[in-house]
Amino acid sequence: MTTKPKAAVSRLDPEPMPRRDWLGLGSLWAMGGALMFGLLGMLKLPKAAVLASPSKKFRVALPETLPAGEAFVPPGRAVAIFRDGEGIFAVSTICTHLGCVVKPNAEGFECPCHGSRFHPNGEVRKGPAPRPLPWLKVSVSGGTVMVDEGTTVPQGTKVA
Amino acid sequence: MTPAVPEKDALREFADNLKAAPRRVLETAFRSGPPTTDRTRSTFVFGNVFLHLHAVRTHRWSLKWSTTMGLGIMSVSAFLITLVTGVLLMFYYKPYPEAAYQSIKDIHFVVPTGRLIRNIHRWAANLMVVAVILHMARAFYTAAYRRPREYNWLIGMGLLVVTLGLSFTGYLLPWDQLAYWAITIGANIAQSPREVTDALGITNYFDPGGLQRLILLGSDQVGAEALIRFYLLHVMLLPLALAALMGVHFWRIRKDGGMVRPADADEQLARQRHEETYPVFTEAPAKTYHLAAIVRGRTANVGRGPENTVPSMPHLFYAELGVMMVTLLACVAMSLVSDAPLKELANPSVPENPAKAPWYFLGLQEMVAFSAFMGGIGIPSVVLIGLGLIPYLDRETEGTGKWFGGPGGWPLVRLSAVFGLCVPILLESFAIRFGWLREWFPNIPQPIVTAINPGTLLTLVYAMYSLWCIKRYGSVRAGALGLFTCFLGGFLVLTIIGTYFRGPNWVFYWSPADWPKH
Ligand code: HEM
Ligand code: FES
Repeated sequence: MTTKPKAAVSRLDPEPMPRRDWLGLGSLWAMGGALMFGLLGMLKLPKAAVLASPSKKFRVALPETLPAGEAFVPPGRAVAIFRDGEGIFAVSTICTHLGCVVKPNAEGFECPCHGSRFHPNGEVRKGPAPRPLPWLKVSVSGGTVMVDEGTTVPQGTKVA
Repeated sequence: MTPAVPEKDALREFADNLKAAPRRVLETAFRSGPPTTDRTRSTFVFGNVFLHLHAVRTHRWSLKWSTTMGLGIMSVSAFLITLVTGVLLMFYYKPYPEAAYQSIKDIHFVVPTGRLIRNIHRWAANLMVVAVILHMARAFYTAAYRRPREYNWLIGMGLLVVTLGLSFTGYLLPWDQLAYWAITIGANIAQSPREVTDALGITNYFDPGGLQRLILLGSDQVGAEALIRFYLLHVMLLPLALAALMGVHFWRIRKDGGMVRPADADEQLARQRHEETYPVFTEAPAKTYHLAAIVRGRTANVGRGPENTVPSMPHLFYAELGVMMVTLLACVAMSLVSDAPLKELANPSVPENPAKAPWYFLGLQEMVAFSAFMGGIGIPSVVLIGLGLIPYLDRETEGTGKWFGGPGGWPLVRLSAVFGLCVPILLESFAIRFGWLREWFPNIPQPIVTAINPGTLLTLVYAMYSLWCIKRYGSVRAGALGLFTCFLGGFLVLTIIGTYFRGPNWVFYWSPADWPKH
């Protein structure tokens, strides 16, 4: 920085920044940098590395008689399981809009929160939901079905 | 040797001192003595760490009811009430799912005065939101944000955001159905930037939405981690932030020369005045003005005498205490007639239907029902940035300190109010009657819905209108008047629709009596 030559300066307004002060300025920057670094480090803490959520996999027995196209919702789970001629598949019932739980009905699914409607295959029919309801991975062993809520599969994947 | 006989009777002196001790404690606490003269009233203020946030003398204009309507003090009072009642609630509240619900139930039904305290906390929180919004409107309409108060307007916006944050985090704590689903929706709004990153196909590399949600909830679902985080924010981080911001806000008000007032305030007061003011400097000042050597340029009070001011003690303080008492009275009265709600215990598999956020977010929820990202993040950000820019875009001076001051004035505000109310009513009526893009074109790509929906159209129309005002009146202030009034109108319309006219499945109903029974 420069000052105008001969500019009147008082004892309280010295030259703005004598060149010699680079050392002081440098240490200020160093301190600022160190604090920023520490702050960024601290911000890592609230971002959980391990999510304390219960297991995403669960096992259920389907009711003996489950007509094609009718949803079976295991109690306490946000999943609708279907069985038709081609096999078994599961559709998540968590609305892709803002996470309410959708209800299966005759035409597919309806969301109580902002009125999204979905086709039985999960495609959006109406409302603000931006994406179709995802299909979840199922595997059948013995008489029971294992659903993995954490893994999605392409729409149309059915397991015999 | 016998000790010399003391001249005074030490025991008697001891007794006298003991007797005088209470008075002396008081004297040393308030060193200036009773505030009965102008000088002791001044020392009363600047000798007290709490009071000296105020200037020693207050301009008569600031004391006029129409200048501030007491709204800022009402916000502070409501905050203090929530602080006291909140600490009381903390005696029993347990921030863990289920237990939280039970403890609120205990507070409501078992704890002595628990229900009243809980109600007051709720009502004071609601009142605070109302007061802060009205206070912002009054600062806007009196053009109080102009030089030198620009930065205090920004601090005020920080206060607005933190106030809303406090209310929202408090909403989760009862862990009932209302709370659980409002937070689920809120957390997913935080995640909604995915609507954009998904459309761009970059969510796997760059996912600010997911990160926000993860930090907020501490997990991938609303559970114990989320509750403890919201609790931490609600009782600790946000109150501290609010207190710090308030400190700066108040300090700035002093440094900016007190409340804004019109350039001709003194003449106006002179015309209305009934009683005489008297000069302040009748005696030689008791202090020398060291600071005068350092202060440079025009500060707020340089070049003006202290005429037309009155001692803050008692004039300002009694007015403030009056507003505080009115606020307290309002909260207690409301609490006696209306209980804070408590629904059933949170049930993660059955959403509350309709699931409604706190009332001041229902306007947003109304827009969110078209696009999560635009309604919840895009438009609010645009509004906040727009509000923050106002003082830096309007550099005019006409009308500062006058209600609806500036080119256009009240007629423009009236016109804008009509416009600002009608446009959202029309847009909403259309969308409610005929549906929106996806109902007409089921396969329409999401980015188009995100970009074109009633919320974005409303914002666009308002922005165009504001530009028209600037051109029509040849003034940026006119544009600001138009835009701010429209913003208030839109907020009002959307909030009312969301609150009173939305029923199960977010379907429009003229009245809750028409809601389907289930
Ligand atoms: C917790 C929230 C807030 C509190 C407690 C608060 C408190 C106050 C108080 C006590 C005053 C003194 C005058 C009066 O009573 O009106 C004031 C002035 C002011 N406030 Fe706030 N305020 C808050 C939020 C805001 C917001 C949201 C804004 C705007 C974005 C804002 C902008 C201003 C401005 C510009 C002034 C100076 C007004 C003038 O000089 O006439 N404040 N505030
Ligand atoms: S959460 Fe389903 S429509 Fe909003």
